[in-house]
Amino acid sequence: MTVDTPLAPGAARKRRARSTTSLTRSSGLGLGIALTWFSLLVLIPLSLVVIQSIDGGWQTFRETLTNPQTAAALRLTVTQALIVTAINVVMGTVIAWVLVRDSFPGKRLLEVVIDIPFALPTIVAGLVLLSLYGPDSPLGVNVANTERSVFLALLFVTLPFVVRTVQPVLMELDRDVEEAAASLGASRFTTLRRIILPSLAPAITAGAALSFARGISEYGSLVLLSGNLPLKTEVASVRILTYIENGNEAAAASVATILLLVALAAIVLLQILSKWVARRG
Amino acid sequence: MASRLAQPRTTGTYVRRLLVVGYLFLLVIWPVALVVQKTFEGGLDNLQTALSDAVVTDALQLTVVVALWAVAINTVFGVGISLLLVRYEFPGRGVLSALIDLPLSVSPVVVGLALLLAYGGTNGTFGPALEDAGLQIAFATPGIIMATAFVSLPLVIREIVPVLHEIGTEQEQAAKSLGAGAWPTFWRITLPSIKWALVYGVVLSLARALGEFGAVKIVSGNVAQQTQTATLVVEQKYQDFEQGSAYATSFLLALIAVAALVVVTILRPKDDTDGD
Repeated sequence: MTVDTPLAPGAARKRRARSTTSLTRSSGLGLGIALTWFSLLVLIPLSLVVIQSIDGGWQTFRETLTNPQTAAALRLTVTQALIVTAINVVMGTVIAWVLVRDSFPGKRLLEVVIDIPFALPTIVAGLVLLSLYGPDSPLGVNVANTERSVFLALLFVTLPFVVRTVQPVLMELDRDVEEAAASLGASRFTTLRRIILPSLAPAITAGAALSFARGISEYGSLVLLSGNLPLKTEVASVRILTYIENGNEAAAASVATILLLVALAAIVLLQILSKWVARRG
Repeated sequence: MASRLAQPRTTGTYVRRLLVVGYLFLLVIWPVALVVQKTFEGGLDNLQTALSDAVVTDALQLTVVVALWAVAINTVFGVGISLLLVRYEFPGRGVLSALIDLPLSVSPVVVGLALLLAYGGTNGTFGPALEDAGLQIAFATPGIIMATAFVSLPLVIREIVPVLHEIGTEQEQAAKSLGAGAWPTFWRITLPSIKWALVYGVVLSLARALGEFGAVKIVSGNVAQQTQTATLVVEQKYQDFEQGSAYATSFLLALIAVAALVVVTILRPKDDTDGD
């Protein structure tokens, strides 16, 4: 479920990072306290979710998954998250490119705009999108309570991920190599494909993984926007919530475990893809 | 930075610029502007109505208290664990470093479920024992703080760790060889170099903490004037057709988050990512 932070390539950094020491008594104590807190807050509760879903046995698992409403919710969630991630890979990279390589008045404003979806409370994000794409839309585009509302909400909340992972790597990228390639007669497209994309691939992948994981787990921004219509606009998180509210924790845990597994699979797949792109460069 | 990297401008430059600005305008700028506009449609009426409503003010107060606690916990924990991860060698370091990001990929609803399974009062694993000891976590403030701390946990760490890698240990070792203890070294050498990354991480955590919705909705029980946070009020007011109050509360929440971000973006030295 994790993504390596794409530390920008740089030999100096690797060399300097070596200087670690083994634990002293006080740092050992600190590690103990930190690990206890981390276990109590994150590891134990999350393990209980997985245990709960296994406890119910295959029976509960199968019944939950074959429930048409839950199956539809999972399908919708994964499909929309995939589409949104694909768009983010392209748009996020282009945005990062413009922020790093271009300069124009108001560029710093855009820097803040990129962070807004992250900073804005998700429920407010829903309200914000509703104002332009809801029933009173000044554009005349009303996506509320349709599948498109899920797409739009996910696109909004996942905006920063690819941009913010690609940006630092692009900043460190050596321009000399690009110029050398160009002077040797490589077209701009070849330079992009053979030089730039391979170096950016790990960062793009990391951003895509974060964006997909966020996409399949989104809840807050959809509450007001999608209407949570069963079989139509209901996403997996809402199914989990309904199960919890009905006191069916085993079913809730099953759906939650599926979500965790899907995110894990996506991250592994993207890592493989990233290696493949980097090797072809 | 910009001047060194600026490229010869071609048609492509302008096409990309237009594409990016248009995309961000339609997705973020215009919708956000509309919410601000709707908040102030009747002058300050909406804000006044919201702020004279005890349900809203109690919720805002709870949100601020919870956010401050969660951010304080995450800051101390985050700085500590980042130093341990970067500067020390211990078994399981790689695994821990991978697990730290876990909260970012978990649905807020799953976070709520997980905390309920562990600390729920009736059938949680530790809940009943803790309640017998007089500590109620689920459906009370401690549970809301835990949910909030959970979702914003990696943010400080993700900002500090790359900077700690970047600055290396030369200065710290110099201080030590001159006889400085661990604590003075941290205060006078390490902290000043990670200052901006830390501030940025804290601001991101604060924004996330103020805005947490899903996890808090499950863990808090959502009781007005007791365990209802500001984001839960926004949902309730909107669904009760008190749109004005919903917009006003949203505006206040967004204002704190965005204002903090803007201030940091302006204050933060531009080439700070290049190291010292």
